[in-house]
Amino acid sequence: MRAYLSRRYRLSASHRLYRQGFSDEQNFAAYGKCANPHGHGHNYVVEVTVGGAVHPATGMVCDLGELDDCVRKEIVDRFDHTNLNLDPAFREVVPTTENFSIAIYDRLSSVFLAAKLIRVRVEETSNNSFEYAGKK
Amino acid sequence: MILLTRKAEFSASHFYWNDAFSPEENERVFGKCANRNGHGHNYTVEVTVEGEVDRETGFVVDLKWLKGVMDHEVVQVYDHRHLNLEVPEFRQTIPTTENIAIAIWRRLEQKLNGARLHRVRVYEMPDLFADYYGEP
Repeated sequence: MRAYLSRRYRLSASHRLYRQGFSDEQNFAAYGKCANPHGHGHNYVVEVTVGGAVHPATGMVCDLGELDDCVRKEIVDRFDHTNLNLDPAFREVVPTTENFSIAIYDRLSSVFLAAKLIRVRVEETSNNSFEYAGKK
Repeated sequence: MILLTRKAEFSASHFYWNDAFSPEENERVFGKCANRNGHGHNYTVEVTVEGEVDRETGFVVDLKWLKGVMDHEVVQVYDHRHLNLEVPEFRQTIPTTENIAIAIWRRLEQKLNGARLHRVRVYEMPDLFADYYGEP
């Protein structure tokens, strides 16, 4: 029986949406107040979904502790209370929440092997959320 | 095609234990969930059905009827019960969130009078939930 398990994690970080190749006018046209020079922050919610056969001996898709340890070490400890623009993941790309979702998915899919990573969904605010399920 | 989701809540106790494991192995695999005195959660169940909108009624299904089925088949069986000790499907199956989602699917799929079940989602707590789509 194939099922999916989702877990939500929280982290707070700052960012500024600003593209180096754009003029200030182009940046403000594209990003509005998100381009303000000193950045701003969010309380992000990162929802990680993994899937697989429910193991008959444990009733679980995977060990939840293992997932928690991996996400805390690889994602929460790395990004919580940091400035996303300074993280190597955003050296080449603007730290929009679209790109943040992709960065989290790509990192977890290469290090979490106990179940298949299905989707990463990031809530930037309670009104905005972004999902990435890998390359189609 | 429209998806329609109805929520219900129940509160129940459970513990995780596999008789084929030694007590030490149960503790290692299930952690504090293996405490034989059990513990409890406020569960939320989201049942999603799919179908075309009926021309006469504008409904996919009658929500009041769906509420009644969920109440009769799930809430009245699980609410304020010890899942391991009082709910038949968990005598031999560990009542993990994954297995509860599968069990609710099985309880509902025969009772929906032709409405197609799309997903059963069970929240054990707001930050942890399991999805089952009827996949083998």
